[in-house]
Amino acid sequence: LAPWAPVVGLEIHAQISSNSKLFSGSQVQFAAPPNSLVSFFDASLPGTLPVLNRRCVEAAVMTGLALNCSINKKSLFDRKHYFYADLPAGYQITQQRVPIAVNGCLSYSLCIDSKMSQMVTKTVRIKQIQLEQDSGKSLHDDTRSQTLVDLNRAGVGLMEVVMEPDVCCGEEAAAAVRELQLILQTLGSSQAVMAEGQLRVDANVSVHHPGEPYGVRTEVKNINSIRFLAKAIDYEIQRQIEELENGGTILNETRAFDSKLGCTVPMRDKEGKQDYRFMPEPNLPPLILYDTKSLPANMNHQQVINIDWIHERLPDLPSVKRKKLVEKYGILPEHSFTLLNEDGLAEFFESVVKRTQMKPKKVIGWILNDLLSYLKQHSLTVKESPVSSFLLGDLLNLLEKKEISSTAAKQVFAELWKGEGKTPLEIVKEQKLGLLQDQKELEQICQAVIDGQENE
Amino acid sequence: MLRASLRQVSAALKEGRVAPTELCQRCLALIKSTKFLNAYITVAEETAMKQAEESDERYKRGQPLGILDGIPVAVKDNFNTAGIETTCASNMLKGYISPYNATVVQKLLDQGAVLLGKTNLDEFAMGSGSTDGVFGPVRNPWSYSKQYKEKSVPKSHSEESDWVITGGSSGGSAAAVSSFTCFAALGSDTGGSTRNPAAHCGVVGLKPTYGLISRHGLIPLVNSMDVPGILTRCVDDAAVLLGSLAGHDPKDSTTIQDDFEPFELPNLTDVSKLSIGIPKEYHAPGLSSEILALWSKAADLFKNAGAKVVEVSLPHTRYSIVCYHVLCTAEVASNMARFDGLEYGHRSDMKDSTESMYAATRREGFNDVVRGRILSGNYFLLKQNYEKYFVKAQKVRRLIANDFVKVFRSGVDILLTPTTLSDAAPYTEFIQEDNRTRSTQDDILTQAANMAGEQGQELNCFPLPSHFTCPVPLGLPAINVPTALSERGLPVGLQFIGRSFQEKQLLTVAKWFEKQVQFPMIQLEEVKRHDSGVFQHQKSASFS
Repeated sequence: LAPWAPVVGLEIHAQISSNSKLFSGSQVQFAAPPNSLVSFFDASLPGTLPVLNRRCVEAAVMTGLALNCSINKKSLFDRKHYFYADLPAGYQITQQRVPIAVNGCLSYSLCIDSKMSQMVTKTVRIKQIQLEQDSGKSLHDDTRSQTLVDLNRAGVGLMEVVMEPDVCCGEEAAAAVRELQLILQTLGSSQAVMAEGQLRVDANVSVHHPGEPYGVRTEVKNINSIRFLAKAIDYEIQRQIEELENGGTILNETRAFDSKLGCTVPMRDKEGKQDYRFMPEPNLPPLILYDTKSLPANMNHQQVINIDWIHERLPDLPSVKRKKLVEKYGILPEHSFTLLNEDGLAEFFESVVKRTQMKPKKVIGWILNDLLSYLKQHSLTVKESPVSSFLLGDLLNLLEKKEISSTAAKQVFAELWKGEGKTPLEIVKEQKLGLLQDQKELEQICQAVIDGQENE
Repeated sequence: MLRASLRQVSAALKEGRVAPTELCQRCLALIKSTKFLNAYITVAEETAMKQAEESDERYKRGQPLGILDGIPVAVKDNFNTAGIETTCASNMLKGYISPYNATVVQKLLDQGAVLLGKTNLDEFAMGSGSTDGVFGPVRNPWSYSKQYKEKSVPKSHSEESDWVITGGSSGGSAAAVSSFTCFAALGSDTGGSTRNPAAHCGVVGLKPTYGLISRHGLIPLVNSMDVPGILTRCVDDAAVLLGSLAGHDPKDSTTIQDDFEPFELPNLTDVSKLSIGIPKEYHAPGLSSEILALWSKAADLFKNAGAKVVEVSLPHTRYSIVCYHVLCTAEVASNMARFDGLEYGHRSDMKDSTESMYAATRREGFNDVVRGRILSGNYFLLKQNYEKYFVKAQKVRRLIANDFVKVFRSGVDILLTPTTLSDAAPYTEFIQEDNRTRSTQDDILTQAANMAGEQGQELNCFPLPSHFTCPVPLGLPAINVPTALSERGLPVGLQFIGRSFQEKQLLTVAKWFEKQVQFPMIQLEEVKRHDSGVFQHQKSASFS
């Protein structure tokens, strides 16, 4: 059987972290009472006009720069038309012709084996980033044959990140999305929490034989976590391969991921081919951005958006942070990934290192093996850890000074985990875990044991 | 006094010769007795009187807000007015009470104007007769004038069937100003909708440069061409309104950022430095010989006064109607997509599904004209048609704009053209042709100005001189000035088109022309009865 090459193209919608919506002044807030954050414009009252939110543009520029894109100094807005209850105007304002950023790339890392000991770096090309409006939410109440519409989310700013189909499996997709998530959170341009709908991923999946043209693709939606993203993609790849090997065909359709069943199912709501009748948005002038070269003499960064000014103020991206951790502390690259992967873990690690004389290369073991596994077991975040960095630092000092054995240290750690407020020293005293350093005393104990053995 | 100009009555208010409440009452009474004109959809009696009373107080304290304080005005029913019904003359918005004021409405109210009511129009401003609205057609006040009755041979013995149309789509506003029920009215102009009825009703109709006046709150027809229009009794009044309405609005991103300086019009005496262009292509098929002669006479008037009058060419004029239709219907299809019955407006009882509710709502809510344009527009926007029609039309629009650029660059200051092809048609004749055919004919002289501009490069067609956008203006200013009466005793106007944002020059020339022609005042029985003798004007010399 000829080998199959799966092809995955990801489309990611990231909600912009801003006080107000993309084109109106109403607030952005998760889980507010229904229809409490709706301006006249959001409700599409006739005669209302869009006004571009500067913060949203800055967020998109930051994201574009972080993803190595070219920022278009002139970009345009368009209307994408379709009728749906959660789209009050009957069209979405988006950027179809000339988006704000194009031609970038995202680097991410994968573990080659399950022991996390070998990492390989991959890249996925970013086709474009566009600004667009989010839609409202509609809930179908089948018992009463009605649809309930909540427009709180209608008009919230989104950055759609369109990736080229450079990803080939669920694991890669998950790693790429995870890295994007970290970047967005570092920039602050999106909080990117998937559970709150701030990051939504659609996967376009197809398979083909190498050398042949791409196969028909399906679009997989309704994926609520990074873990499910990998599952959904892998399932869909497998489904397509099986279908084709059995002589079937793949339909160009939209499928939803059913997390309970672990499979993709056709979505009945989506009609086949839609003609969105794209048209330029006549109420918004072309969006003009400047850099230091093109900035008019009489203008400062407050009146216009200066790409260079934003570039200079970008925070360290995850990849840079990891490099710095490896260089500063001599830890392995895989370690730096895990540190950044858990919210607050890197800061915890650095805090412990400051507190203790133990070498960072040894500290990292305690962080990644002991602390992290306890946290995972109890489903806690770093912030919720009952063992503070200070306590752990003190414990490691006892170990470093050889006042306790490493076995004893683990016992103390387990005791600290109970969170009863005792210090490591107090626990050592209580449980008599202190190492005996006195040679004579040790000889006496050994002799006693030997004597005891002889009597039997 | 109801027949006075806005400036004259404002002076009277200031001098205490009349009180705002009295003025308001008289206007309201006149509206009642001219109800047969059907110029108003909603008369806001209570709120108007309240505004007038507040104005009274301010005048008594000697603290009027400005020249508009206490002045009764009317607003076309496609502008949002908080608390007062806004219908667009459509079933879709019958009973719709907007929660906000359009920026221009707010500006009028902030300056103390008294809002008498909302005027009638073609449904959603689609039409050139003000006959296609859900509240019925508007009747041209001149139908009942002494001048018309004397000149025309009645087809029947009933006045009922001889009345003529106002033109459109801002017919209600034009009729309101023409019949003296208000001193100024707001209309809208997309392809001539302010200038056309102004010409037929014998009033001044100004379409300012696109981007000068905010469209926030104006229910759009074509966003890239719509402009709030100003209808007044004389050019000086139009300048006053312009001064109070123009300027950047942060709520409308298509308004220019530059500060606007209100101006008073000088009394031009020397036109020798002026260059007037006469576009030969505006000698359109169907142009009545009467208007042709008038146009020629006007050109001579300028020439004899020492101005340079040159024939110019706008070669792409003949494509402008088709081009306009493609762009207009495409935007209409888009703008009307929001009317689904879900958030506001008419909602059908059809409950089978969301889609069927949408379909039924839109069928019930829109008239044929609106539905026809939506269907056409959607056709042009289909993926397979977009390049062929929409993009092509944008390119043609650029060519039309370049025609104007070339002409203005060659030294011409102002263009002089007819506004309409003929005087107002009798209603019975007018309705024999469908809306689309009529619009094709009637808009021919007016819509190029909406599409044109200098250096119209962008396919996106609307940029403005501000930091965030490209510095290219679009949408030339144009004004109708009532010129003379036709053989049938009905008004005929001529149109002046100026350079972008050069309203002062445009209005100055228009004012000079107005003074030369001395257009006669309409003689209406109803008004004589309601008016006191303070300001009776009898214009004797006339230009015909």
